[in-house]
Amino acid sequence: MRYDSLLDSLGGTPLVGLPRLSPAPDVRLWAKLEDRNPTGSVKDRPAFFMVEQAEKEGLLARGATILEPTSGNTGISLAMIAHLRGYQMICVMPENTSTERRQILQMYGAQIISSPAAGGSNEAVRMARRLAAEHPDWVMLYQYGNEANARAHYATTGPELLADLPGITHFVAGLGTTGTLMGVGRYLREQVPGVTIVAAEPRYGELVYGLRNVDEGFVPELYDASVLTTRFSVSASDALRRTRELLDAEGIFAGISTGAVLHAALAMAAKARKAGQRADIAFIVADAGWKYLSTGAYSGTLDEAEARLEGQLWA
Amino acid sequence: MAIEVRIPTILRTYTGGAKSVEGSGGTLAELLGDLDSRHQGLRERLVDDAGLRRFVNVYLNDEDVRFLGGLETPVTDGDTVTVLPAVAGGSR
Repeated sequence: MRYDSLLDSLGGTPLVGLPRLSPAPDVRLWAKLEDRNPTGSVKDRPAFFMVEQAEKEGLLARGATILEPTSGNTGISLAMIAHLRGYQMICVMPENTSTERRQILQMYGAQIISSPAAGGSNEAVRMARRLAAEHPDWVMLYQYGNEANARAHYATTGPELLADLPGITHFVAGLGTTGTLMGVGRYLREQVPGVTIVAAEPRYGELVYGLRNVDEGFVPELYDASVLTTRFSVSASDALRRTRELLDAEGIFAGISTGAVLHAALAMAAKARKAGQRADIAFIVADAGWKYLSTGAYSGTLDEAEARLEGQLWA
Repeated sequence: MAIEVRIPTILRTYTGGAKSVEGSGGTLAELLGDLDSRHQGLRERLVDDAGLRRFVNVYLNDEDVRFLGGLETPVTDGDTVTVLPAVAGGSR
């Protein structure tokens, strides 16, 4: 397939069946390979839509500076687009994120400001807000509250899924900014009566939850619980086990967050099978495993890998 | 057998530092009431007049109780309940 430029190739990712992990001929799992996007993750979609929207509103002009709290993929997508369009990019990123992500960001010319590991992304969001207030000329696209994030998925990911899988019964994705689930979920709810929308949320080690008061937690502004059917918290050990299973059984080398999503997808598949219902369950492979090799997730025993992930933002 | 309740670091002042405690009850509300009789003040950190506090997530066997039945979610012996603060998550 031919495109005028890299950005023109955004989206249109393959949906592949999982014949070995699907539990029955009428209960099938389908993986949408979002690692096949320009910078290798699903975040290229919202990043592109958020930049386009900001340009349309006149917020971004050549030489402008974009600031974003991000622990990786969104930052990488924005850094690439910023680089091509002549913007400066500053990422506020928790210090406990993998070295690959930092190196890629630096290659695209982004500046990284580290936020403390304790508190995870909550802390990065807080720091970015403070910086944005101090530098009113910087443009914070703010993926957690930017409607263009969810709209990217409403306009592209959702329609692609339905076109490839008209009999879709379930959609499963990771919950972070909530943009994927809100956008695809709303689109599918309009088109497919009774569709089940499932969120898989990573459960981190204790360090990530920090020592702050529970009243200072964070719920993304985009989040609307009514779009979801249910929501699972998936441990690092389940996510790692499923990440390896996906590679082993189907040959797909995915990032660790995909293991968490697969874990929830398999739970829905087991439930459908038990109830004697047909199911076509689509889930998102947010990125491939390359950026996480240095975390040790893919080598040694599962227990060793889990111990190495403690305290890291693995999804 | 009882119901295991996992407590996040920030709330362990109420459990004498214990990472998990055990309790009983037929619903989540009853379970929290039972816990509060031994760990006074814990319940109030999780629940207000409107139900579960906004930045508190409670999972029954890994599933968010807000999608199950909230405080009226039935619980049984052998279940695991996990309490976590809401966070912004990871690779965004």
